[in-house]
Amino acid sequence: MFDRLEEITKAEQETAGRFDHTVDVCVAAGCMSSQSVAIKEALEKEVEAHGQGHRCRVRGTGCMGLCAAGPLITVDAEKPGEIMYKQVTVGDAADIVASLDSTPVERLRCRTDVPFFQRQKKIALENSGLIDPERIEEYIAREGYSGLMRALTEMSPSDVIDEVVASGLRGRGGGGYPTGLKWTTVAKSDGDVKYVICNADEGDPGAFMDRSVLESDPHRILEGMAIAGYAIGASQGYVYVRGEYPTAVARLKTAIRQARRANMLGSGIGGTLFNFHVDIRLGAGAFVCGEETALIASIEGKRGTPRPRPPYPAEFGLWGRPTLINNVETFANIAPIIRNGGDWYARIGSGASKGTKVFALAGSIINTGLIEVPMGTPLREIVYEIGGGISGGGECKAIQTGGPSGGCIPAGYFDTPVDYESLSALGSIMGSGGMIVMDESASMVDVARYFMEFCMTESCGRCVPCRVGTVHMHNILDKFSRHEATPHDLELLEKLCDMVRNTSLCGLGQTAPNPVMSTLRYFRDEYMDCMMPELNGAERVGELMEVAR
Amino acid sequence: MSEKPTLATVWLDGCSGCHMSFLDIDERILDLAAQADLVYSPLVDTKEFPEMVDITLIEGAVSSEEDYHKIRMVREHTRLLVSLGDCAVTANVPAMRNRFAVRSVLERAYIENADLNQDIPVQVIPALRETSIPVHQVVPVDVFIPGCPPAADTIFFALTELLAGRKPDLRTTTRFGA
Amino acid sequence: MKRPFKTRIKTLKIDGIDVGAREDETILELAQENDIFIPTLCHLEGVHDVGSCRLCLVEVRGTNKLLPACMTYAEEGMEVITNSERLQAYRRQVLDLLFSERNHVCSVCVSNGHCELQWLAGKLGISHVGVPYLYPQLEVDASHRYYSYDPNRCILCTRCVRVCDEIEGAHTWDVMGRGVECLVISDLNQPWGTAESCTRCGKCVQVCPTGALFNKGRAVAEMTKRRDFLPYLQTMREGRK
Repeated sequence: MFDRLEEITKAEQETAGRFDHTVDVCVAAGCMSSQSVAIKEALEKEVEAHGQGHRCRVRGTGCMGLCAAGPLITVDAEKPGEIMYKQVTVGDAADIVASLDSTPVERLRCRTDVPFFQRQKKIALENSGLIDPERIEEYIAREGYSGLMRALTEMSPSDVIDEVVASGLRGRGGGGYPTGLKWTTVAKSDGDVKYVICNADEGDPGAFMDRSVLESDPHRILEGMAIAGYAIGASQGYVYVRGEYPTAVARLKTAIRQARRANMLGSGIGGTLFNFHVDIRLGAGAFVCGEETALIASIEGKRGTPRPRPPYPAEFGLWGRPTLINNVETFANIAPIIRNGGDWYARIGSGASKGTKVFALAGSIINTGLIEVPMGTPLREIVYEIGGGISGGGECKAIQTGGPSGGCIPAGYFDTPVDYESLSALGSIMGSGGMIVMDESASMVDVARYFMEFCMTESCGRCVPCRVGTVHMHNILDKFSRHEATPHDLELLEKLCDMVRNTSLCGLGQTAPNPVMSTLRYFRDEYMDCMMPELNGAERVGELMEVAR
Repeated sequence: MSEKPTLATVWLDGCSGCHMSFLDIDERILDLAAQADLVYSPLVDTKEFPEMVDITLIEGAVSSEEDYHKIRMVREHTRLLVSLGDCAVTANVPAMRNRFAVRSVLERAYIENADLNQDIPVQVIPALRETSIPVHQVVPVDVFIPGCPPAADTIFFALTELLAGRKPDLRTTTRFGA
Repeated sequence: MKRPFKTRIKTLKIDGIDVGAREDETILELAQENDIFIPTLCHLEGVHDVGSCRLCLVEVRGTNKLLPACMTYAEEGMEVITNSERLQAYRRQVLDLLFSERNHVCSVCVSNGHCELQWLAGKLGISHVGVPYLYPQLEVDASHRYYSYDPNRCILCTRCVRVCDEIEGAHTWDVMGRGVECLVISDLNQPWGTAESCTRCGKCVQVCPTGALFNKGRAVAEMTKRRDFLPYLQTMREGRK
């Protein structure tokens, strides 16, 4: 079967060699929303009009990262003289095509020798922006499915797990649970039927890592899942994607179809005895369905509410069977780990956090977009060098990481390396990778209120503390933003934070107070400034006495 | 003026049932009178709330602007504030109107259900606040005596304990709605 | 190598008392067997547990997490604390939240004096509710021939949902909506009287801990609930397993 992969690779290289120029247009959601599909069509027309069709091709590719400057186009990516264009419009197509054999269009140039592109290390995103996500051949030409074939033909399931354990990879969905350990427990669970689930129910406000991976390189997820299936003894996988990601779903469907046809999914994969099928299940927009037990309930066709753990899905999961649930980004790291070995992966990163992490930069930052950096990179480097600093020239006040379950890290702590332990020591979490950068104008009380409102409306309503506690916390925060809060409100807010955190049934409720607690920890003054102005006691008594009479 | 502790009772938005239950302590009111002076109450003739009262019992929820200002005034002039009965403790029946707008409540009472003088009063009757709320949502309360109404025995027990300087343990003798 | 035997009997400590247990017994069941009081509102003998009211949370030595007694199974050497100051404070807060969530007016409720929520408030020493009331607007459904449903008194324990689904097999009730907007509904959110799946058996009414479900024609404090059929149902259920 390796021969077949090599054949495809060779054919792809030959095809690529026939063209003098390749123009890649980002057709992931960010650039698509600014008309990149129309730009691609315009480029194609222009190429035909110039009679260049035989020596110049136009491709739609995945995300190139710098979403703030979209739509992005690269010409002859990865070749010497690679050129990137930013904020391209349909009208620029003619100039770009005309410039192919001469000098680049300077007014559209996007420099790639800047830290944003130079400081990143791409593993999960290694193919993003470089291949057409709707062609399995291009994925294969970049070593795609060779990890799976290596696992199936050269390794036993326990060898595969050993590599994952050695890699030190931890769950990228937020919890940071060691992936190898999770695979081991599912592999050891009794049962002849097991399942693999890919959690693509990305719901944190400001986070779009998983969407981008699915839109830019869907085969990588399928390969990761199939390797997992082989390792734990499952022959069925489900990708649970939120319905709000139609492009990701469409590309994933295409990828599944292509992989089946290429015998990389289905029965007897690659001529071996291993069977693995993947189906898609769509989420209906409930944030809580990203919680694994709620996600399982949802796949089973039930109301998406979490249940207490234990038993964990590793033992009692989908339809009561042992189930492995990993996040999109976790699966995206699997194929490279199998290809290059766990030790290779473990050499990247820091301390107990190995490898790289994808972050979605959002908020008041110049380079809004998607980045992948080694674990342990200091926040300062992410914000000021890779992120290009604060938009509008202001000072950075804080970064919100981890979405509604995370916290705000004030600028004073920006030398902290980004890893699981350091972030949680600061009262935040790694989370799935959303990073919202806030400048001085941001009100921390409003930030806390925003996230509490999110948790309040996204609570499934099953357990009392989360269902009702979040409402009261939100109402109190609302009083703070109206400058009507009293010291009693502050006391009640802190009490509720403690109670909801310790008594809620699932992670949503248990972490819902985090944004409040971390802003109270670092920005308590702002809360104090939002208290009701105290009236002079004596005056008040006189006034009230009068009214009473 | 005697040296005895002073006692006051205040009637906000309630049915006066708690005051009736208070009177149901019957002859024990003489014991109470021996221990404290009743200085302000709907049951006595004083018109002005004294400068400082040791114990004030509040019946009723805070429903009108008058209630609101009155309870804040009373709090300023009371050492120990006692919420007496469910209306003071939970806002109880008065709060059942909270689900509706004030305007529609008034219309129902003074126009739809009125045979004569169909008109919403704007004078004399104090304006309703948006919601009827328990006393402790407006001012700090020291002791709660739930019940609808609390039994005479409970009230007597609570008062004699308070006058003896102890915080009454009412867990077994009271409950919401009882 | 498979272990040749499996321990089915566990010994553990609940509040310092040594307790013998089968492996399929929960902490809540063991506590009840041994006359140790653990409050609960969602647990109902005979139907599966959901662990949603959070009143039965207990401390278990060796873990920082509080665990629901109704869904935590006996383990060898476990040391359980059921009634620490911390747990009592959380339980009172849970009741505070429940009272504030809907419109509970005990004095005029059909279940006054026979209500589990009211009883528990007294038992746990709730003299007043520490959070502001939310006063939601909810319609009473009196469309059924024999029973009424007043969501103002509902605490979303889902006992009705479970008993209807698991014992009666009708699944007339379910929960709609999210968060504080959650509502127990009959069939496809239609008046109960028009719900064709309802068999009028009334089990939901009998297991409802508050006055949210009640027999028609009962006045204040007149609605008492019969729970005596539950052990029978449980036996039937076990027989079916």
